[in-house]
Amino acid sequence: MSNRPTVVVTGIGATTPLGGDVASTWEGLLSGRSGVTPLTDEWAQDIPAKIVARMAVEPTSVLERIEARRLDRCQQAALVAGREAWADAGFDPVHKTKDGVPDGQVQGVDPERLAIVVGSGIGGALTMLGQDDVLEQRGVRRVSPLTVPMLMPNGPGAALGLEFGARAGVHATVSACASGSEAIALAVDLIRAGRADVVVAGGTEAVVHQLPMAGFAQMRALSTRNDEPERASRPFDKGRDGFVLGEGAGILVLETAEHAAARGATVYAEIAGAGITSDGYHITAPDPTGSGAARAITLAMRDAGVEPADVVHVNAHATSTPSGDVAEAAAIRAAVGDHPLVTAPKSMLGHLLGAAGAVETIATVLSVRDSIVPITRNLEDLDDGVELRVVTVEPKRMPVPVAVNDAFGFGGHNVALVVRKV
Amino acid sequence: MANEEIREGLAEILEEVAGVQPDDVSEDKTFTDDLDVDSLSMVEIALAAEERFGVKIPDDELANLKTVGDAVTFIEKAKAAA
Repeated sequence: MSNRPTVVVTGIGATTPLGGDVASTWEGLLSGRSGVTPLTDEWAQDIPAKIVARMAVEPTSVLERIEARRLDRCQQAALVAGREAWADAGFDPVHKTKDGVPDGQVQGVDPERLAIVVGSGIGGALTMLGQDDVLEQRGVRRVSPLTVPMLMPNGPGAALGLEFGARAGVHATVSACASGSEAIALAVDLIRAGRADVVVAGGTEAVVHQLPMAGFAQMRALSTRNDEPERASRPFDKGRDGFVLGEGAGILVLETAEHAAARGATVYAEIAGAGITSDGYHITAPDPTGSGAARAITLAMRDAGVEPADVVHVNAHATSTPSGDVAEAAAIRAAVGDHPLVTAPKSMLGHLLGAAGAVETIATVLSVRDSIVPITRNLEDLDDGVELRVVTVEPKRMPVPVAVNDAFGFGGHNVALVVRKV
Repeated sequence: MANEEIREGLAEILEEVAGVQPDDVSEDKTFTDDLDVDSLSMVEIALAAEERFGVKIPDDELANLKTVGDAVTFIEKAKAAA
């Protein structure tokens, strides 16, 4: 344990409903801006939820047309965020041969020590649904030969693996709305196990479409506060009525502190610990006691070697569903206590599903580095079952030596990460 | 349809599908080595060509279309036979 490498964050990238990069997303979180907008598409006429949190910047407006057309929207988002994180970490674009194959010359990292982990809750659903339409209307011979690489859940990670010439393995975590956090947890494991020096890790999701929305709506999981989009996502508030579907991606560059120091990289923070548990309770409903979630947080703290009293801030999963937020509040109280200042970024971002944990870990990393905790928007009347100190009105400036980010997913997945100041 | 019209049509498809500059699309160019078209894009190009020229390009024929000229000749013959 004492000899295991310290894992640090040296690059961050995001494309979210608040902005096309980390800077605009972070500005949005600090200013309490909402990324939720009306959903006016014709296909949504019969969907009870007519609000959505789409990416603020269309990925196709940033990517080359030819590269974008070979990628599902969730892969496009991952590539946009991945490139930002890669450049932010101080790496140059990877040299490629005429055929687009990385030539193995990557400045600052041995390709055989570079791994990728990108999670997604659903994968390339837009491609699958779009090509199903083609199949039904025009037949087998009109289905795109790119269908499989565009819909496969490992596609976003594979796209980044190609982009950066990673040769130490490409992985895809799939744990619904905990996928992005689980990707970071797996990246930490890969580095500690000595399988990689640098891991590009995060999550992506883009499923704003009739079928996924109908499915979530049929679970009664979506907010239908259609006449007030910006007030619809209201974690921990008594008036919450479900989550707002969002889309986007968050990608981080993680590496050993030694590797970062050797190449003179700027370090944001340390990912000091990770905890993963499963509820074994119900396929979608959270264990109302929050015990699985609490155990994940406890395991992450133990892994990091920190005590509950050390954790001054929790960046909560809090999706704005009636049952989830209360169970999470119980878990945070049980595992950490009632002292940490809590914030719920989904009040501004909406719910980015498989990208949520990654984007919100980036926010946690920035809270730790910059000593500031963003507000929770729309929290006007704290639910009686939420006995937490939630930041509202204005961001709280305070030292954040240790923070926790948690994420949960349908299927009973719980992932917690401990972020520590360096 | 003249050969030149077919070549121009293929050039438009190659630009749309694979980002190939239309000026690069001459009959002597090979799809794979000269124009950097991969196997997936080759299938897309064949599908687009079938729609555009109203012909059918069976898989075993597609494998023989190494150059732009091969494709132009095949499409011309297929149209004549149709």
